[in-house]
Amino acid sequence: MRAAPYLLSLPALLLFGAVVIVPLVMTVLLSFHDWGQYKGIEPVFVLKNWHEVLTDSYFLEMFWRTFRIAFLVTLLTALFGAPEAYILNRMKSPWRGLFLLVILGPLLISVVARTLGWALLFGGSSGVVNKALASMGLISAPLPFMFTETGVVVALAHVLMPYMVLAVWAALQRLDTQVENAAVALGAGPLTVLRRIVLPQIMPGILSGAVIVFALAASAFATPAIIGGRRLKVASTLAYDEFLNTLNWPLGAAVAVLLLVALVSIVVGTSRLVERRYAQVFS
Amino acid sequence: MSFLELQGLTKRFGTHVAVDGLSLTVEKGEFVSLLGPSGCGKTTTLQLIAGFVEPTAGAIRLEGRDLLAVKPARRGLGIVFQSYALFPHMTVAENVAFGLEMQGVAAAERARRVGETLDLVGLAAFSGRFPRQMSGGQQQRVALARALVIKPQILLLDEPLSNLDAKLREEMQIELRQIQRSLGTTTILVTHDQGEAMALSDRLVVMNHGRAEQIGAPHEAYEGPATPFVASFLGKTNLVNGSTVRPEKIAFAADGLPGTVRTRIFQGSHWLYQVETAGGLVTVIRQNTGERMPAEGEAVHLTWAAAA
Repeated sequence: MRAAPYLLSLPALLLFGAVVIVPLVMTVLLSFHDWGQYKGIEPVFVLKNWHEVLTDSYFLEMFWRTFRIAFLVTLLTALFGAPEAYILNRMKSPWRGLFLLVILGPLLISVVARTLGWALLFGGSSGVVNKALASMGLISAPLPFMFTETGVVVALAHVLMPYMVLAVWAALQRLDTQVENAAVALGAGPLTVLRRIVLPQIMPGILSGAVIVFALAASAFATPAIIGGRRLKVASTLAYDEFLNTLNWPLGAAVAVLLLVALVSIVVGTSRLVERRYAQVFS
Repeated sequence: MSFLELQGLTKRFGTHVAVDGLSLTVEKGEFVSLLGPSGCGKTTTLQLIAGFVEPTAGAIRLEGRDLLAVKPARRGLGIVFQSYALFPHMTVAENVAFGLEMQGVAAAERARRVGETLDLVGLAAFSGRFPRQMSGGQQQRVALARALVIKPQILLLDEPLSNLDAKLREEMQIELRQIQRSLGTTTILVTHDQGEAMALSDRLVVMNHGRAEQIGAPHEAYEGPATPFVASFLGKTNLVNGSTVRPEKIAFAADGLPGTVRTRIFQGSHWLYQVETAGGLVTVIRQNTGERMPAEGEAVHLTWAAAA
Protein backbone atom coordinates (compact mmCIF):
# COMPACT_ATOMS: atom_id res chain seq x y z
CA MET A 1 0.00 0.00 0.00
CA ARG A 2 2.83 2.40 -0.90
CA ALA A 3 0.44 4.34 -3.14
CA ALA A 4 -2.00 5.22 -0.38
CA PRO A 5 -0.27 8.41 0.82
CA TYR A 6 -0.04 9.70 -2.74
CA LEU A 7 -3.64 8.82 -3.51
CA LEU A 8 -4.78 10.54 -0.34
CA SER A 9 -2.95 13.73 -1.20
CA LEU A 10 -4.17 13.65 -4.80
CA PRO A 11 -7.27 15.86 -4.26
CA ALA A 12 -5.18 18.54 -2.56
CA LEU A 13 -2.52 18.29 -5.27
CA LEU A 14 -5.15 18.60 -8.00
CA LEU A 15 -6.63 21.68 -6.34
CA PHE A 16 -3.16 23.18 -5.84
CA GLY A 17 -2.32 22.49 -9.48
CA ALA A 18 -5.59 23.95 -10.74
CA VAL A 19 -5.51 27.18 -8.73
CA VAL A 20 -1.76 27.85 -8.44
CA ILE A 21 0.40 26.00 -10.93
CA VAL A 22 -1.82 26.28 -14.04
CA PRO A 23 -2.47 30.04 -13.77
CA LEU A 24 1.21 30.60 -13.00
CA VAL A 25 2.33 28.64 -16.07
CA MET A 26 -0.25 30.47 -18.15
CA THR A 27 1.06 33.82 -16.89
CA VAL A 28 4.61 32.82 -17.76
CA LEU A 29 3.49 31.74 -21.25
CA LEU A 30 1.48 34.96 -21.63
CA SER A 31 4.60 37.02 -21.01
CA PHE A 32 6.08 35.64 -24.25
CA HIS A 33 3.02 36.53 -26.39
CA ASP A 34 2.80 39.54 -28.68
CA TRP A 35 0.40 42.46 -28.29
CA GLY A 36 -0.62 45.38 -30.46
CA GLN A 37 -2.97 48.29 -30.03
CA TYR A 38 -5.29 47.02 -32.79
CA LYS A 39 -4.48 43.33 -33.16
CA GLY A 40 -4.76 42.50 -29.40
CA ILE A 41 -2.94 39.46 -28.02
CA GLU A 42 -1.22 37.18 -30.51
CA PRO A 43 -0.24 33.72 -29.22
CA VAL A 44 3.25 33.67 -30.67
CA PHE A 45 6.66 33.34 -29.01
CA VAL A 46 8.49 36.68 -28.82
CA LEU A 47 10.96 38.12 -26.31
CA LYS A 48 9.68 41.66 -26.90
CA ASN A 49 8.05 42.11 -23.47
CA TRP A 50 11.02 40.76 -21.57
CA HIS A 51 13.37 42.90 -23.63
CA GLU A 52 11.27 45.94 -22.80
CA VAL A 53 10.96 45.17 -19.09
CA LEU A 54 14.68 44.47 -18.68
CA THR A 55 16.07 47.37 -20.72
CA ASP A 56 13.60 50.25 -20.42
CA SER A 57 14.75 52.58 -17.65
CA TYR A 58 11.10 53.20 -16.71
CA PHE A 59 10.71 49.60 -15.53
CA LEU A 60 14.13 49.55 -13.95
CA GLU A 61 13.27 52.62 -11.88
CA MET A 62 9.90 51.15 -10.93
CA PHE A 63 11.42 47.85 -9.72
CA TRP A 64 14.16 49.72 -7.90
CA ARG A 65 11.43 51.81 -6.19
CA THR A 66 9.43 48.69 -5.30
CA PHE A 67 12.36 47.05 -3.51
CA ARG A 68 13.51 50.31 -1.95
CA ILE A 69 10.03 50.75 -0.45
CA ALA A 70 9.97 47.11 0.70
CA PHE A 71 13.41 47.49 2.31
CA LEU A 72 12.48 50.69 4.13
CA VAL A 73 9.20 49.15 5.33
CA THR A 74 11.12 46.12 6.63
CA LEU A 75 13.57 48.38 8.43
CA LEU A 76 10.76 50.43 10.00
CA THR A 77 8.81 47.38 11.18
CA ALA A 78 12.00 45.89 12.68
CA LEU A 79 12.91 49.15 14.44
CA PHE A 80 9.45 49.57 15.93
CA GLY A 81 8.10 46.01 16.00
CA ALA A 82 10.96 44.34 17.87
CA PRO A 83 10.92 46.77 20.86
CA GLU A 84 7.13 46.67 20.77
CA ALA A 85 7.16 42.88 21.13
CA TYR A 86 9.80 43.09 23.89
CA ILE A 87 7.81 45.62 25.93
CA LEU A 88 4.64 43.61 25.35
CA ASN A 89 6.38 40.49 26.63
CA ARG A 90 7.40 42.22 29.86
CA MET A 91 3.89 43.46 30.63
CA LYS A 92 1.88 41.88 33.43
CA SER A 93 -1.00 39.51 32.88
CA PRO A 94 -4.17 41.52 32.06
CA TRP A 95 -2.37 44.27 30.13
CA ARG A 96 -0.34 41.90 28.04
CA GLY A 97 -3.37 40.20 26.51
CA LEU A 98 -5.11 43.53 26.00
CA PHE A 99 -2.21 45.17 24.19
CA LEU A 100 -1.50 42.07 22.14
CA LEU A 101 -5.08 42.36 20.94
CA VAL A 102 -4.58 46.07 20.19
CA ILE A 103 -1.54 45.23 18.08
CA LEU A 104 -3.04 42.25 16.29
CA GLY A 105 -6.54 43.71 16.03
CA PRO A 106 -5.82 45.60 12.78
CA LEU A 107 -5.29 42.22 11.09
CA LEU A 108 -9.03 41.73 11.48
CA ILE A 109 -9.75 44.89 9.47
CA SER A 110 -9.36 45.06 5.69
CA VAL A 111 -6.06 46.49 4.42
CA VAL A 112 -8.11 48.87 2.27
CA ALA A 113 -9.92 50.29 5.29
CA ARG A 114 -6.67 50.69 7.23
CA THR A 115 -4.98 52.44 4.33
CA LEU A 116 -7.95 54.73 3.74
CA GLY A 117 -7.54 55.78 7.37
CA TRP A 118 -4.15 57.26 6.44
CA ALA A 119 -5.73 58.94 3.43
CA LEU A 120 -8.36 60.47 5.73
CA LEU A 121 -5.64 61.81 8.02
CA PHE A 122 -3.27 63.16 5.39
CA GLY A 123 -5.28 63.32 2.15
CA GLY A 124 -4.72 66.81 0.79
CA SER A 125 -6.03 69.98 2.45
CA SER A 126 -9.16 68.22 3.74
CA GLY A 127 -7.17 65.57 5.66
CA VAL A 128 -7.83 65.72 9.39
CA VAL A 129 -4.19 66.13 10.42
CA ASN A 130 -3.45 68.64 7.68
CA LYS A 131 -6.53 70.69 8.67
CA ALA A 132 -5.56 70.67 12.33
CA LEU A 133 -1.94 71.65 11.67
CA ALA A 134 -2.99 74.35 9.22
CA SER A 135 -5.51 75.82 11.67
CA MET A 136 -2.76 75.99 14.30
CA GLY A 137 -0.67 77.82 11.75
CA LEU A 138 2.08 75.16 11.84
CA ILE A 139 1.93 74.41 8.11
CA SER A 140 0.82 76.47 5.14
CA ALA A 141 0.42 73.64 2.61
CA PRO A 142 -0.74 70.02 3.21
CA LEU A 143 2.06 67.69 4.35
CA PRO A 144 3.43 65.76 1.39
CA PHE A 145 2.08 62.30 2.18
CA MET A 146 -0.33 61.24 -0.52
CA PHE A 147 1.35 60.07 -3.76
CA THR A 148 4.78 60.12 -2.09
CA GLU A 149 7.17 57.32 -1.31
CA THR A 150 7.22 58.39 2.35
CA GLY A 151 3.46 57.99 2.49
CA VAL A 152 3.55 54.51 0.98
CA VAL A 153 6.38 53.42 3.30
CA VAL A 154 4.65 54.71 6.45
CA ALA A 155 1.25 53.24 5.55
CA LEU A 156 2.76 49.86 4.56
CA ALA A 157 4.84 49.75 7.75
CA HIS A 158 1.66 50.27 9.75
CA VAL A 159 -0.24 47.61 7.81
CA LEU A 160 2.55 45.01 8.11
CA MET A 161 3.69 45.74 11.69
CA PRO A 162 1.68 42.85 13.26
CA TYR A 163 3.66 40.27 11.27
CA MET A 164 6.94 41.56 12.71
CA VAL A 165 5.54 41.76 16.25
CA LEU A 166 4.25 38.19 16.00
CA ALA A 167 7.55 36.82 14.72
CA VAL A 168 9.58 38.53 17.45
CA TRP A 169 6.97 37.62 20.07
CA ALA A 170 7.37 33.93 19.17
CA ALA A 171 11.16 34.22 19.53
CA LEU A 172 10.80 35.94 22.92
CA GLN A 173 8.66 33.10 24.25
CA ARG A 174 11.64 30.78 23.93
CA LEU A 175 13.93 32.95 26.08
CA ASP A 176 14.87 31.71 29.56
CA THR A 177 14.64 34.63 32.01
CA GLN A 178 17.37 32.98 34.08
CA VAL A 179 19.77 33.65 31.20
CA GLU A 180 19.15 37.39 31.61
CA ASN A 181 19.61 37.00 35.39
CA ALA A 182 22.88 35.19 34.77
CA ALA A 183 24.15 38.13 32.72
CA VAL A 184 23.06 40.59 35.43
CA ALA A 185 24.84 38.57 38.10
CA LEU A 186 28.01 38.70 35.99
CA GLY A 187 27.86 42.49 36.08
CA ALA A 188 25.88 43.42 32.95
CA GLY A 189 23.70 46.54 33.06
CA PRO A 190 20.18 46.58 31.57
CA LEU A 191 21.34 47.93 28.18
CA THR A 192 24.16 45.42 27.93
CA VAL A 193 21.73 42.60 28.71
CA LEU A 194 19.45 43.84 25.95
CA ARG A 195 22.21 44.24 23.38
CA ARG A 196 24.43 41.25 24.18
CA ILE A 197 21.97 38.69 25.52
CA VAL A 198 18.38 39.37 24.40
CA LEU A 199 18.93 40.80 20.91
CA PRO A 200 21.19 38.02 19.58
CA GLN A 201 18.73 35.42 20.81
CA ILE A 202 15.70 37.00 19.13
CA MET A 203 17.64 37.85 15.94
CA PRO A 204 16.30 34.77 14.10
CA GLY A 205 12.77 35.97 14.94
CA ILE A 206 13.50 39.48 13.68
CA LEU A 207 15.01 38.07 10.49
CA SER A 208 12.12 35.72 9.78
CA GLY A 209 9.70 38.59 10.46
CA ALA A 210 11.77 40.70 8.05
CA VAL A 211 11.50 38.09 5.30
CA ILE A 212 7.69 37.98 5.69
CA VAL A 213 7.33 41.77 5.81
CA PHE A 214 9.67 42.28 2.85
CA ALA A 215 7.79 39.79 0.67
CA LEU A 216 4.40 41.27 1.61
CA ALA A 217 5.60 44.86 1.12
CA ALA A 218 7.17 44.20 -2.29
CA SER A 219 4.01 42.49 -3.55
CA ALA A 220 1.49 44.73 -1.76
CA PHE A 221 -1.21 46.16 -3.97
CA ALA A 222 -3.96 47.93 -2.01
CA THR A 223 -1.77 50.31 -0.02
CA PRO A 224 0.45 51.53 -2.89
CA ALA A 225 -2.66 51.77 -5.08
CA ILE A 226 -4.45 54.05 -2.60
CA ILE A 227 -1.54 56.10 -1.24
CA GLY A 228 0.77 56.01 -4.26
CA GLY A 229 -1.96 56.02 -6.91
CA ARG A 230 -1.06 56.40 -10.56
CA ARG A 231 1.65 58.90 -9.84
CA LEU A 232 3.82 56.58 -7.80
CA LYS A 233 3.71 53.14 -9.32
CA VAL A 234 5.23 49.99 -7.90
CA ALA A 235 5.52 46.59 -9.60
CA SER A 236 2.12 45.30 -8.54
CA THR A 237 0.17 48.48 -9.42
CA LEU A 238 2.02 48.66 -12.73
CA ALA A 239 1.08 45.07 -13.60
CA TYR A 240 -2.51 45.88 -12.66
CA ASP A 241 -2.52 48.93 -14.94
CA GLU A 242 -1.05 47.00 -17.87
CA PHE A 243 -3.72 44.35 -17.48
CA LEU A 244 -6.78 46.51 -16.89
CA ASN A 245 -6.06 49.92 -18.42
CA THR A 246 -3.59 49.52 -21.27
CA LEU A 247 -4.89 45.96 -21.80
CA ASN A 248 -1.33 44.93 -22.64
CA TRP A 249 -1.61 41.61 -20.83
CA PRO A 250 1.68 40.14 -22.04
CA LEU A 251 3.68 43.10 -20.72
CA GLY A 252 1.78 42.99 -17.42
CA ALA A 253 2.53 39.28 -17.22
CA ALA A 254 6.24 39.92 -17.75
CA VAL A 255 6.23 42.48 -14.91
CA ALA A 256 4.37 40.09 -12.62
CA VAL A 257 6.66 37.13 -13.37
CA LEU A 258 9.77 39.24 -12.90
CA LEU A 259 8.46 40.45 -9.50
CA LEU A 260 7.75 36.85 -8.50
CA VAL A 261 11.19 35.60 -9.55
CA ALA A 262 12.99 38.48 -7.85
CA LEU A 263 11.02 38.02 -4.64
CA VAL A 264 11.43 34.26 -4.49
CA SER A 265 15.18 34.51 -4.99
CA ILE A 266 15.54 37.23 -2.35
CA VAL A 267 13.40 35.40 0.21
CA VAL A 268 14.96 31.98 -0.38
CA GLY A 269 18.46 33.45 -0.42
CA THR A 270 17.93 35.30 2.83
CA SER A 271 16.35 32.32 4.58
CA ARG A 272 19.28 30.12 3.54
CA LEU A 273 21.71 32.66 4.88
CA VAL A 274 19.84 32.98 8.17
CA GLU A 275 19.59 29.21 8.60
CA ARG A 276 23.27 28.70 7.95
CA ARG A 277 24.25 31.53 10.29
CA TYR A 278 22.19 30.20 13.20
CA ALA A 279 22.32 26.45 12.55
CA GLN A 280 24.93 25.78 15.24
CA VAL A 281 23.31 27.93 17.84
CA PHE A 282 19.60 27.26 17.58
CA SER A 283 18.65 23.80 16.36
CA MET B 1 32.30 39.61 62.47
CA SER B 2 31.14 36.87 60.19
CA PHE B 3 31.64 36.92 56.43
CA LEU B 4 28.02 36.72 55.30
CA GLU B 5 25.16 37.49 57.61
CA LEU B 6 21.42 37.10 57.02
CA GLN B 7 19.36 38.75 59.71
CA GLY B 8 15.60 38.26 60.12
CA LEU B 9 15.28 37.84 56.38
CA THR B 10 11.61 37.76 55.33
CA LYS B 11 9.95 37.64 51.93
CA ARG B 12 6.18 37.70 51.38
CA PHE B 13 4.49 37.20 48.02
CA GLY B 14 1.00 38.57 48.69
CA THR B 15 -0.26 36.55 51.62
CA HIS B 16 2.24 33.73 51.10
CA VAL B 17 5.32 33.89 53.32
CA ALA B 18 8.19 32.37 51.33
CA VAL B 19 10.98 33.17 53.80
CA ASP B 20 10.06 33.79 57.41
CA GLY B 21 12.60 35.57 59.58
CA LEU B 22 15.65 33.58 58.51
CA SER B 23 18.90 34.35 60.32
CA LEU B 24 22.17 32.73 59.34
CA THR B 25 25.87 33.48 59.48
CA VAL B 26 28.36 32.01 57.04
CA GLU B 27 32.13 32.05 57.62
CA LYS B 28 34.66 32.72 54.90
CA GLY B 29 35.43 29.59 52.90
CA GLU B 30 32.52 27.69 54.37
CA PHE B 31 30.21 25.44 52.32
CA VAL B 32 26.64 25.83 53.56
CA SER B 33 23.59 24.04 52.13
CA LEU B 34 20.02 25.24 52.27
CA LEU B 35 18.11 21.98 52.37
CA GLY B 36 14.39 21.36 52.29
CA PRO B 37 11.39 20.22 50.27
CA SER B 38 10.13 22.31 47.35
CA GLY B 39 8.36 25.44 48.53
CA CYS B 40 10.38 25.67 51.75
CA GLY B 41 11.88 29.02 50.73
CA LYS B 42 15.42 27.88 49.97
CA THR B 43 15.46 29.14 46.37
CA THR B 44 13.86 32.44 47.39
CA THR B 45 16.63 32.84 49.99
CA LEU B 46 19.23 32.35 47.27
CA GLN B 47 17.50 34.89 45.03
CA LEU B 48 17.41 37.35 47.91
CA ILE B 49 21.16 37.02 48.32
CA ALA B 50 21.66 37.32 44.54
CA GLY B 51 19.40 40.37 44.46
CA PHE B 52 16.85 39.08 41.94
CA VAL B 53 14.17 39.38 44.64
CA GLU B 54 13.86 42.19 47.19
CA PRO B 55 13.19 41.17 50.81
CA THR B 56 10.09 42.35 52.66
CA ALA B 57 12.14 42.71 55.84
CA GLY B 58 15.55 41.85 57.22
CA ALA B 59 19.16 42.53 56.33
CA ILE B 60 21.97 40.88 54.39
CA ARG B 61 25.54 41.90 55.19
CA LEU B 62 28.72 40.85 53.41
CA GLU B 63 31.88 41.61 55.39
CA GLY B 64 29.81 44.07 57.40
CA ARG B 65 28.59 46.00 54.32
CA ASP B 66 24.86 46.23 53.56
CA LEU B 67 24.46 43.98 50.51
CA LEU B 68 20.87 45.08 49.87
CA ALA B 69 22.11 48.56 48.96
CA VAL B 70 24.23 47.04 46.17
CA LYS B 71 22.66 46.44 42.74
CA PRO B 72 22.56 42.78 41.64
CA ALA B 73 25.01 43.56 38.82
CA ARG B 74 27.53 44.94 41.34
CA ARG B 75 27.34 42.21 43.98
CA GLY B 76 30.06 40.17 42.31
CA LEU B 77 28.52 36.83 43.20
CA GLY B 78 28.96 33.68 41.12
CA ILE B 79 25.70 31.89 40.43
CA VAL B 80 25.06 28.48 38.90
CA PHE B 81 21.41 28.14 37.90
CA GLN B 82 19.37 24.95 37.86
CA SER B 83 18.79 25.37 34.11
CA TYR B 84 22.50 26.40 33.76
CA ALA B 85 21.24 29.54 31.92
CA LEU B 86 24.19 29.54 29.53
CA PHE B 87 24.18 32.14 26.76
CA PRO B 88 23.06 29.95 23.82
CA HIS B 89 24.46 32.27 21.15
CA MET B 90 27.97 32.32 22.60
CA THR B 91 30.69 29.68 22.55
CA VAL B 92 31.91 28.10 25.78
CA ALA B 93 34.90 30.47 25.90
CA GLU B 94 32.68 33.50 25.25
CA ASN B 95 30.27 32.38 27.96
CA VAL B 96 33.07 32.09 30.51
CA ALA B 97 34.70 35.34 29.38
CA PHE B 98 31.49 37.39 29.70
CA GLY B 99 31.85 38.23 33.38
CA LEU B 100 35.49 39.27 32.94
CA GLU B 101 34.51 41.42 29.98
CA MET B 102 31.93 43.16 32.17
CA GLN B 103 34.67 43.83 34.73
CA GLY B 104 36.80 45.37 32.00
CA VAL B 105 39.58 42.79 32.21
CA ALA B 106 42.02 43.15 29.28
CA ALA B 107 41.73 40.64 26.44
CA ALA B 108 45.02 38.81 27.05
CA GLU B 109 44.38 38.42 30.78
CA ARG B 110 40.82 37.38 30.00
CA ALA B 111 41.94 34.63 27.64
CA ARG B 112 44.44 33.37 30.22
CA ARG B 113 41.89 33.19 33.03
CA VAL B 114 39.22 31.60 30.80
CA GLY B 115 41.75 28.94 29.78
CA GLU B 116 42.74 28.34 33.41
CA THR B 117 39.14 27.98 34.59
CA LEU B 118 38.16 25.68 31.70
CA ASP B 119 41.17 23.55 32.65
CA LEU B 120 39.91 23.44 36.23
CA VAL B 121 36.55 22.00 35.14
CA GLY B 122 38.15 19.75 32.52
CA LEU B 123 36.69 21.43 29.44
CA ALA B 124 39.83 22.95 27.88
CA ALA B 125 39.15 21.11 24.61
CA PHE B 126 35.60 22.42 24.27
CA SER B 127 36.14 26.18 24.29
CA GLY B 128 34.87 26.66 20.72
CA ARG B 129 31.66 24.69 21.15
CA PHE B 130 28.18 26.13 21.56
CA PRO B 131 26.13 25.05 24.61
CA ARG B 132 23.60 23.12 22.44
CA GLN B 133 26.40 20.91 21.22
CA MET B 134 27.27 19.69 24.73
CA SER B 135 25.84 17.18 27.20
CA GLY B 136 24.06 18.20 30.39
CA GLY B 137 27.12 17.44 32.52
CA GLN B 138 29.39 19.48 30.28
CA GLN B 139 26.95 22.41 30.27
CA GLN B 140 26.92 22.20 34.05
CA ARG B 141 30.71 22.54 34.13
CA VAL B 142 30.57 25.52 31.77
CA ALA B 143 28.07 27.17 34.13
CA LEU B 144 30.41 26.47 37.05
CA ALA B 145 33.41 27.84 35.17
CA ARG B 146 31.46 30.96 34.21
CA ALA B 147 30.59 31.57 37.86
CA LEU B 148 34.10 30.82 39.19
CA VAL B 149 36.17 32.77 36.66
CA ILE B 150 35.17 36.14 38.16
CA LYS B 151 36.64 34.99 41.52
CA PRO B 152 33.32 35.61 43.28
CA GLN B 153 33.16 36.42 46.99
CA ILE B 154 30.34 33.91 47.28
CA LEU B 155 29.37 31.05 44.97
CA LEU B 156 25.61 30.43 44.87
CA LEU B 157 24.49 27.04 43.53
CA ASP B 158 20.79 26.55 42.76
CA GLU B 159 20.09 22.82 42.50
CA PRO B 160 23.07 22.56 40.16
CA LEU B 161 23.12 18.77 39.94
CA SER B 162 19.42 17.97 39.81
CA ASN B 163 19.29 17.65 36.02
CA LEU B 164 22.07 15.05 35.90
CA ASP B 165 21.67 11.27 36.12
CA ALA B 166 22.59 9.52 39.38
CA LYS B 167 26.10 8.35 38.41
CA LEU B 168 27.14 11.67 36.91
CA ARG B 169 25.66 13.49 39.89
CA GLU B 170 27.88 11.54 42.27
CA GLU B 171 30.98 12.28 40.16
CA MET B 172 30.11 15.95 40.01
CA GLN B 173 29.58 16.05 43.79
CA ILE B 174 33.12 14.85 44.37
CA GLU B 175 34.49 17.23 41.77
CA LEU B 176 32.51 20.17 43.09
CA ARG B 177 33.78 19.53 46.59
CA GLN B 178 37.40 19.29 45.40
CA ILE B 179 37.14 22.51 43.40
CA GLN B 180 35.47 24.36 46.25
CA ARG B 181 38.11 23.17 48.75
CA SER B 182 41.01 24.06 46.46
CA LEU B 183 39.72 27.58 45.71
CA GLY B 184 38.34 28.18 49.20
CA THR B 185 35.31 30.01 47.78
CA THR B 186 32.49 30.57 50.26
CA THR B 187 29.62 28.53 48.81
CA ILE B 188 25.87 28.35 49.39
CA LEU B 189 24.10 25.39 47.85
CA VAL B 190 20.34 25.07 47.49
CA THR B 191 19.13 21.51 47.20
CA HIS B 192 16.27 19.18 48.05
CA ASP B 193 18.60 16.18 48.02
CA GLN B 194 19.70 15.43 51.60
CA GLY B 195 22.45 13.07 50.39
CA GLU B 196 23.96 15.78 48.26
CA ALA B 197 23.72 18.35 51.04
CA MET B 198 25.35 16.03 53.60
CA ALA B 199 28.10 14.96 51.18
CA LEU B 200 29.12 18.49 50.23
CA SER B 201 28.55 20.86 53.07
CA ASP B 202 30.30 21.98 56.23
CA ARG B 203 26.94 23.02 57.62
CA LEU B 204 23.30 22.40 56.76
CA VAL B 205 20.33 24.71 57.07
CA VAL B 206 17.28 22.45 57.09
CA MET B 207 14.35 24.62 56.00
CA ASN B 208 10.59 24.11 56.18
CA HIS B 209 7.81 26.65 55.56
CA GLY B 210 10.32 29.47 55.19
CA ARG B 211 12.04 28.86 58.53
CA ALA B 212 15.31 27.23 59.49
CA GLU B 213 14.38 24.13 61.51
CA GLN B 214 18.00 23.35 62.28
CA ILE B 215 21.41 24.76 61.45
CA GLY B 216 24.41 22.54 62.07
CA ALA B 217 27.06 20.18 60.74
CA PRO B 218 25.61 17.30 58.67
CA HIS B 219 26.42 14.48 61.13
CA GLU B 220 25.24 16.64 64.03
CA ALA B 221 21.86 17.25 62.41
CA TYR B 222 21.61 13.61 61.36
CA GLU B 223 22.44 12.19 64.77
CA GLY B 224 20.67 14.83 66.82
CA PRO B 225 17.76 16.18 64.80
CA ALA B 226 16.15 19.19 66.51
CA THR B 227 12.66 18.44 65.23
CA PRO B 228 10.77 15.41 63.87
CA PHE B 229 10.78 17.16 60.47
CA VAL B 230 14.59 17.30 60.42
CA ALA B 231 14.78 13.66 61.54
CA SER B 232 12.52 12.43 58.75
CA PHE B 233 13.94 14.73 56.07
CA LEU B 234 17.58 13.79 56.67
CA GLY B 235 17.05 10.05 56.39
CA LYS B 236 14.96 7.04 57.32
CA THR B 237 13.79 6.98 60.94
CA ASN B 238 11.95 4.64 63.27
CA LEU B 239 9.76 5.80 66.07
CA VAL B 240 10.20 3.01 68.63
CA ASN B 241 8.78 3.33 72.17
CA GLY B 242 8.62 7.13 71.81
CA SER B 243 12.18 7.68 70.68
CA THR B 244 13.55 8.06 67.14
CA VAL B 245 16.18 5.56 66.04
CA ARG B 246 18.05 5.49 62.70
CA PRO B 247 17.62 2.14 60.90
CA GLU B 248 21.37 1.51 60.66
CA LYS B 249 21.72 1.79 64.47
CA ILE B 250 19.49 -1.25 65.03
CA ALA B 251 21.11 -4.66 65.14
CA PHE B 252 19.84 -8.25 65.22
CA ALA B 253 20.72 -9.95 68.50
CA ALA B 254 19.99 -13.00 70.65
CA ASP B 255 17.51 -10.98 72.70
CA GLY B 256 15.82 -7.55 72.67
CA LEU B 257 12.61 -6.38 70.99
CA PRO B 258 11.06 -9.49 69.37
CA GLY B 259 9.71 -9.30 65.84
CA THR B 260 9.23 -11.05 62.49
CA VAL B 261 10.95 -10.16 59.21
CA ARG B 262 8.25 -8.94 56.78
CA THR B 263 10.45 -7.99 53.82
CA ARG B 264 14.14 -8.17 53.05
CA ILE B 265 15.64 -6.16 50.20
CA PHE B 266 19.22 -6.60 48.98
CA GLN B 267 20.80 -3.27 48.03
CA GLY B 268 24.37 -4.34 47.25
CA SER B 269 26.35 -2.70 50.03
CA HIS B 270 23.61 -3.33 52.58
CA TRP B 271 20.36 -5.09 53.40
CA LEU B 272 17.08 -3.26 54.01
CA TYR B 273 14.67 -4.96 56.43
CA GLN B 274 11.09 -4.31 57.48
CA VAL B 275 10.51 -6.02 60.82
CA GLU B 276 7.08 -6.33 62.41
CA THR B 277 7.20 -5.82 66.18
CA ALA B 278 4.71 -5.13 68.95
CA GLY B 279 5.63 -1.42 68.61
CA GLY B 280 4.87 -1.35 64.87
CA LEU B 281 6.89 -1.76 61.69
CA VAL B 282 10.63 -1.10 62.20
CA THR B 283 13.07 -0.40 59.38
CA VAL B 284 16.51 -1.93 59.82
CA ILE B 285 19.57 -1.41 57.66
CA ARG B 286 22.47 -3.87 58.04
CA GLN B 287 25.75 -3.68 56.23
CA ASN B 288 26.46 -6.53 53.83
CA THR B 289 29.44 -8.25 55.47
CA GLY B 290 28.91 -11.50 53.59
CA GLU B 291 27.52 -13.23 56.67
CA ARG B 292 24.19 -15.06 56.64
CA MET B 293 21.30 -12.67 57.30
CA PRO B 294 17.78 -13.45 58.63
CA ALA B 295 15.35 -14.43 55.85
CA GLU B 296 11.76 -13.28 55.36
CA GLY B 297 9.41 -14.80 57.93
CA GLU B 298 12.19 -15.47 60.46
CA ALA B 299 11.71 -14.46 64.09
CA VAL B 300 14.38 -11.97 65.22
CA HIS B 301 15.28 -9.77 68.19
CA LEU B 302 16.25 -6.11 67.77
CA THR B 303 18.65 -4.09 69.94
CA TRP B 304 19.98 -0.57 69.74
CA ALA B 305 21.97 1.78 71.90
CA ALA B 306 19.98 4.39 73.80
CA ALA B 307 19.79 7.72 71.97
CA ALA B 308 22.84 9.88 72.60
